Amino acid sequence: MFLLIKFTLLYAVVLMLVALGGMFSERSGVINIALEGIMVIGGLAGVFVLSLLGDKMPAPLLVAVSILVSALAGIIYSLLLGFSAITLKADQTIGGTALNMLATAIAIVIVKAFNNSAATGNGAASAKLTYSNAAFIYKIGPFTINIFLIIGILLLICSYVFLFRTKWGLRLRSCGEHPQAADSVGINVYQWRYIGVAISGALGGIGGFAYIVPSVTTWNFEVGVAGAGFLALAVMIFGQWKPFNIAAAAVFFAVFRSLANISDSTVLANLGLSKNIYSMMPFIASMIILAFTSKNSKAPKAEGIPYDKGAR
Amino acid sequence: MSEKTKNALLSIVASLVCIVLGLAVGFLVLTCINADNALDGMARIIKGGFHLKPKGIGSEIAQAAPLIMTGLSVAFAFKTGLFNIGAAGQYTVGVFGALYFALILHMPWYVCLLAAMICGAVWGAVPGIFKAYFNVNEVITSIMFNWIGLYLVNELMYTGVPGMYDQKTTRTYKLSSASPSSLIPDLGLNAVFKTNSTTIAIFLAVAFAIVVYVILSKTTFGYELKACGFNKDAAKYAGINEKRNIVLSMTISGALAGIGAGLYFLSGASEWNPQVSTALPAVGFNGIPVALLALSNPIGVIFAAIFVAHISVGGSYLPTKYYQPEIADLIVAVIIYLCAFVMLFKEMIRRSLGKKKRAEEAAKESGKGETK
Repeated sequence: MFLLIKFTLLYAVVLMLVALGGMFSERSGVINIALEGIMVIGGLAGVFVLSLLGDKMPAPLLVAVSILVSALAGIIYSLLLGFSAITLKADQTIGGTALNMLATAIAIVIVKAFNNSAATGNGAASAKLTYSNAAFIYKIGPFTINIFLIIGILLLICSYVFLFRTKWGLRLRSCGEHPQAADSVGINVYQWRYIGVAISGALGGIGGFAYIVPSVTTWNFEVGVAGAGFLALAVMIFGQWKPFNIAAAAVFFAVFRSLANISDSTVLANLGLSKNIYSMMPFIASMIILAFTSKNSKAPKAEGIPYDKGAR
Repeated sequence: MSEKTKNALLSIVASLVCIVLGLAVGFLVLTCINADNALDGMARIIKGGFHLKPKGIGSEIAQAAPLIMTGLSVAFAFKTGLFNIGAAGQYTVGVFGALYFALILHMPWYVCLLAAMICGAVWGAVPGIFKAYFNVNEVITSIMFNWIGLYLVNELMYTGVPGMYDQKTTRTYKLSSASPSSLIPDLGLNAVFKTNSTTIAIFLAVAFAIVVYVILSKTTFGYELKACGFNKDAAKYAGINEKRNIVLSMTISGALAGIGAGLYFLSGASEWNPQVSTALPAVGFNGIPVALLALSNPIGVIFAAIFVAHISVGGSYLPTKYYQPEIADLIVAVIIYLCAFVMLFKEMIRRSLGKKKRAEEAAKESGKGETK
């Protein structure tokens, strides 16, 4: 049971962070299908900080720096989506798909090149990075809590306050609902959409870092983040683009996701189902839920439609 | 020159701009990693299969065949207003169909190919049904079904169906020894290219491309499918059953991806490794750049697929001492990113040529509606 709670919390925080990121982007009117790629890039940047500076910094500073770097990397990468989707008004789904493919390729090339030069070019470099995650994990009684749980809860509250309790949040949301109306009262739609995409980049980057670091100490970047970014999109839809609903949806999905991790070591092993079956479960669950919730979905009205000042 | 050919030429130029820019980024990456060998590396990528004649050309042809099919799959969906990002999953399920009929039932190759097609079609139909009847975006559904398909196929091949998984090679059994009658005939091509996987698959793929072209451009059925893509409501008003057509479009799109799987695996080009449980086949996703480069034209898909196969094979000839073969994937990904605004390039070229009557052309253009 402890194991189930442990893994559930681990994945719930990741899915929630990334889904919140998707929410900001879509609330501003840009479909962010590139979350998967943003996670990879954020995770790559954070892990690089850990493996390069891991023993040169005091633990609290290391945690802060690596998380900030992963967020920054996510922001920079998400601006590529912003540039194609907002400035050039290109198809948002295609741009996002390209960025997903690009992210994995970039990660593999960079890590392999790095390992290659470290091993003085023997040519057989792998796409793996090793690091220490001790700074991120705290033991409280029987629980091991990782720092991302606390960060996640803080960011959840901040997201809610920003989006629904400040004028900036209202402006951002108006760009996703009716950009023409927003423009008519002097809100710069392009600027707010960029802000929405950048926030999603930051949250996605941290989410990718949180996905990789707490559970293992070696990561193979050929795997990317194994579809977690896409699951987060489903979490966002299931959470109806609202922060606390998203948090609840994330916990729900995380339970399914963690079944695969604990299937070998608990009573579930007696059922005789293989890991592949458990791995399928979150995806099947999300399909069933989407089938029932999509009919009256409350998606932002203008999402996916590039804003054109001249259009009527 | 008629308006139509002028427009077609412009499309080709715009795609070429994407390719050149993508290659330039690739060269930049090569230079960043190792400046001394960048020129040699770039030459190898551009030469592609011709670096190692004739074997390289043979494997390029073998890789192009499934790419044409997944490209057709994505292009077909684009033409009917859908984005089939699920070609990878449909391809994966198609692999199972082909290999089950070959390894377990020892059927001749055309039956196996049919099985692959049906499996892909079923996997494509599901997102179509979700889209038509539950209003779930087909992009999300196909992504989910990519993963469900991958885990399902791995499970079935590894333990579910005994007799497919070879413990020794950690892959499925080799077709050439386990069921030679299921191999697609090569008609001497293997001897020409000194490979063992160059078969008539490429000709079959080209034939399918022509069939898709005829269906989309010359038949009422194709017209109805495209009408739903342009304007669902108008199509419904005109008496077209738009829900049925969405499901049909996705089914056909899935079938095309499934055939791609059959063409590749029934050529004996590779065996499936059910242990790598987190990797969807890249050829499924590479159907997207192929379709975009070809501006969803089925005939253009043939050339775009050969180009992407060319680049990937070229990437595999990079000296691993300095470079990673994944640089080829990187170039392809950059090209798709640029393809997202190929329309913009077209407009820029048109403007720089100083063509008059632009507004008139644009009006015609929007009627044709290229990608989506």
